Amino acid sequence: MTAVLLRASSTSRRFGDVVAVDDVSMHVQAGEVVGLLGANGAGKTTLIRMLLGLLGTSAGTVEVLGGPPDRARRRRLGYVPQNLGLYRDLTLRENLAFVAGAYGAARPAVPAELRSYADVLIGDLPLGAQRQAAFTAALCHTPEVMLLDEPTSGVDALAASRLWDTIRDRSDAGVGILVTTHNMQEAEQCDRLLLMSDGVLVAEGSEHDIIGDTTAIAVHTDDWARTFAALNAAGQPVVLDGRAVRVAEGDPHRLGQILATEGIAARLQPVPATIEERMMVLARTTSGAA
Amino acid sequence: MTYGITSARVRLGDRTALDDVTLRLPAGSVTAVVGGDGAGKTTLLRALVRQVTLDAGTVNTPEKAKIGYLPASSGSWAALTVTQNVDFAGGIFGLAGESLAARRSELLAAAGLTAAGGRVASQLSGGMRRKLGFCMAMVHRPSLLVLDEPSTGVDPVSRIDLWRLISEAAAAGATVVMSTTYLDEAERAGQLLVLDRGRALLEGTYDDVRAGFRGTVTCGPSAVRPEWSWRRGRERREYWPAADQPDDSLVVDPDLEDLVVALSLSARNQEAAA
Repeated sequence: MTAVLLRASSTSRRFGDVVAVDDVSMHVQAGEVVGLLGANGAGKTTLIRMLLGLLGTSAGTVEVLGGPPDRARRRRLGYVPQNLGLYRDLTLRENLAFVAGAYGAARPAVPAELRSYADVLIGDLPLGAQRQAAFTAALCHTPEVMLLDEPTSGVDALAASRLWDTIRDRSDAGVGILVTTHNMQEAEQCDRLLLMSDGVLVAEGSEHDIIGDTTAIAVHTDDWARTFAALNAAGQPVVLDGRAVRVAEGDPHRLGQILATEGIAARLQPVPATIEERMMVLARTTSGAA
Repeated sequence: MTYGITSARVRLGDRTALDDVTLRLPAGSVTAVVGGDGAGKTTLLRALVRQVTLDAGTVNTPEKAKIGYLPASSGSWAALTVTQNVDFAGGIFGLAGESLAARRSELLAAAGLTAAGGRVASQLSGGMRRKLGFCMAMVHRPSLLVLDEPSTGVDPVSRIDLWRLISEAAAAGATVVMSTTYLDEAERAGQLLVLDRGRALLEGTYDDVRAGFRGTVTCGPSAVRPEWSWRRGRERREYWPAADQPDDSLVVDPDLEDLVVALSLSARNQEAAA
């Protein structure tokens, strides 16, 4: 049986009257890359802070490596925050020595692809190299669980794929990895996704499981601008998609009527929804219920 | 009227930030400028709004009063309220009184910010702050709207909202150019320009770009030539510029991410060979 390395069990956290995390249960197993997605204010950061042991729970429990996130277990965690947590006015080599010293680990070798940057101040490096350096630092004490906040945000597609090589190398070695992200390309790299909205876990599974059979409507016309304007004026959740427009959720018959009234000829085609469209619909549902 | 930039070259210190880049912006369209950190996106957009001077090439834009610009930094003043920010931006363009008030409530309603009118910008979420910046850039109904990474770090639900606002501006006739690091977003724009280290890798509609792509992309658990491969989830993709992949390989229909990575690898491998 695969070990569960991170677990939240019916976990809640209140701040005064605000319930930031509401009865969330989730887990990350060894060798698994799990993506955590949500709108801002969805409760992702609060959940992560509880898992890191930086914030207590109001109800329920969190477990890291089989027990509470105490100091001994936290030593076995690796965390890469979005702002990377490196010292911009230390060189790459000095940063690695500092982090290794803090964890009592051996100084890691500067990876081959970063060797030419070893004595450059972190603040002067391209973002992709900074991210690679933050990974090297976070890996120096060979953590068994990793939490990564938007690990490839802002770097080009090629540099992102190299960062994912590093992440997958760790998961193949049995490390459990939780990635928080807004980036759909990152979400697609994960084995499993968790979707939060308003503090609640609203969906989980593969991208395929989450989208399920929900559809959006693609509207093909010769005049996207008029089509967009008509549907937008009618309050439909419409966006531009290339030279067509797309409605995140709706009844094709009703959309057809709106366009017919405006004298716009269009072909309406149900298409599989995207993760973002699914999230928008789920977010509407949860805030509607609140 | 087609705005844009032709054969632009910009040097910043000893670095070539833009190297012979051409960008055509058809009226009423949305163009996405895509690339990672250091690709030249911000330099290109700043050249369009004439904050950066070209060393070679030409810029064709409307007069300054008809350009709306959202910089990458923030685009709003942290200590002013949402209402004050929009009013300040409107004032710069000579809007005042009832016409400003009407324009402000129209923009804030479209952006879902009406209820937040009295909040100071520093207390908004990242997504709300970018939407406020968008409203400020749009306040004077510009004919050219230049948005530098409007959606970076913005949550997916707010991003759909922003995309709807951008679509709305283009549907009303504005020419929109925006930079992004998100390829899925670029795929949704009518036109795209992919930059890599100051050079154009791809330009045109998504269909043009796809049709112009030469070679094949294969997919499998490991790569035959690692230097031509990249990761997608648990599998690796591999680019065969001459379509000479082994017979037993699985050829996939490449998406924009595959095209961009394949052409970036091609550029780097050619440089390494030279």
